[in-house]
Amino acid sequence: MKNVPLFPHHEGSSFFDFLTCHYPQAAPFHGDMRGGQVAPLLDPPRQAVPPIPFGTTVLAIKYRAGVVIAGDRRATEGFQIADRRIEKVFKIDAYSAMAIAGAAGPCIEMARLFQTELEHYEKLEGVQLSCEGKANKLGQMVKANLPMVFQGLVVMPLYVGYDVRRAEGRIFKYDITGGRYEESEYHAIGSGGKDARNTIREHYRDGLTEEEALRISLLALYNAADEDVGTGGPDVIRGIYPSAKLAAASGIVDVTDERMRLVYEEMITGRSKRK
Amino acid sequence: MALPYYVSPEQMMQDKAEYAKKGIAKGRSIIVLEYSDGVLLAADNPSASLHKISEVYDNIAFAGAGKYSEFENLRKAGIRHADLTGYMYSREDVSARSLSNAYSQSLGTAFGQEIKPLEVELLVVQVGNNDHPNEIYRISFDGSITDEKAFAVIGGRSENVQAYLKERSSTQLPALKVALSLCHAALEQVANQKLPSENLEVAVLDRTRNGRKFRRLSVGDTRQLIAS
Repeated sequence: MKNVPLFPHHEGSSFFDFLTCHYPQAAPFHGDMRGGQVAPLLDPPRQAVPPIPFGTTVLAIKYRAGVVIAGDRRATEGFQIADRRIEKVFKIDAYSAMAIAGAAGPCIEMARLFQTELEHYEKLEGVQLSCEGKANKLGQMVKANLPMVFQGLVVMPLYVGYDVRRAEGRIFKYDITGGRYEESEYHAIGSGGKDARNTIREHYRDGLTEEEALRISLLALYNAADEDVGTGGPDVIRGIYPSAKLAAASGIVDVTDERMRLVYEEMITGRSKRK
Repeated sequence: MALPYYVSPEQMMQDKAEYAKKGIAKGRSIIVLEYSDGVLLAADNPSASLHKISEVYDNIAFAGAGKYSEFENLRKAGIRHADLTGYMYSREDVSARSLSNAYSQSLGTAFGQEIKPLEVELLVVQVGNNDHPNEIYRISFDGSITDEKAFAVIGGRSENVQAYLKERSSTQLPALKVALSLCHAALEQVANQKLPSENLEVAVLDRTRNGRKFRRLSVGDTRQLIAS
């Protein structure tokens, strides 16, 4: 049954491969770096590119029962705020989530494609990919985006999953070549990533509770927003708070705005007393 | 000198149809039945891993009877079609009608052009939401497509199962366990032997679920529902 109308013939269970192979115009980035045309390197990069929204600090911290993944809500376009409520933390499937830093458009596209990818595999094969398998697949997608990096369109994901077989939460970070590295405790990326890591380092210990891990995440984002212009802090007037998700045995759970607000309220009250 | 042979188109189509029907008649039956909270899919299937029923999209399911390799291929193609539509447009733009039309086109073309027709029969089901009715499409080996109401049956001896269900159908949609027991009884009666719950492949498109409505029932669940 080759090439019956409306159904292009395809082998394999990857939606990403299917898309790049049969509908390259719909794929956000091309896996083919040999045949495809790669536009010349801009030097210095981004100078000739009109401003595009960039997303910023995202982090993940392990706790006893899983992982918390969180991110601020600001996107910037040069020195302008492009969006105050952008969502950088995405639920990918029942047991995994990812957060992104980099050019907002391709970042969101990658998250959407990755969601489709995992669901597609699950439906075709009848089983879910392993946690490690999902992390590797994301690495391949980051690698496929490499030509775009030279155009100034960096997409940098942070991936967390609850590994059902090992019964633990896991964190994976990436580099622009698709290199995949597992973190055993915590990690933060984006323009305020270093500031966030500095904060987490001082408060992290093994066996945190969910509440403690959430509090450290929000503290780290607060400090990152304090130091980095690209990272947004809690906006009490508009009621905009960072977004966070928990990956645990029960699946991916959203942390409600109300819970965020309470944590921040306590933190801000504590800080104002210092004066 | 060898004479070029001639076969009339009518003869050729008839032969192909007969061939396909024979292939499908060898297999067991699959039932799709509407129940109060959605649509139930039940198949007489001794294998626990080679499925005849599958999820396609949020509210769409697929069932295939006949030659496994062929309907498995079509199942995968359907999932690609649905995921592609959902990715390019939006999740709510994926519909059973569009997928069934694509299947109908494909099977029709294959029936006309290939020497060997596909020995398959398909069901594409969509559970309705917000007062939308459920949709059940049955696609035959030659690409003909029918829109079914309340229930549909494919596979070998499907007419007998259909007759059994028709006798017992009511205007009121049954609860899940009643619907499942009915399917079980229908399959048992036609197979003319006891059908243990391990040999029953059951899945539902449950309207009350969030997001993906498809759920496979485990052997334990099935046994419990039939017993209660």
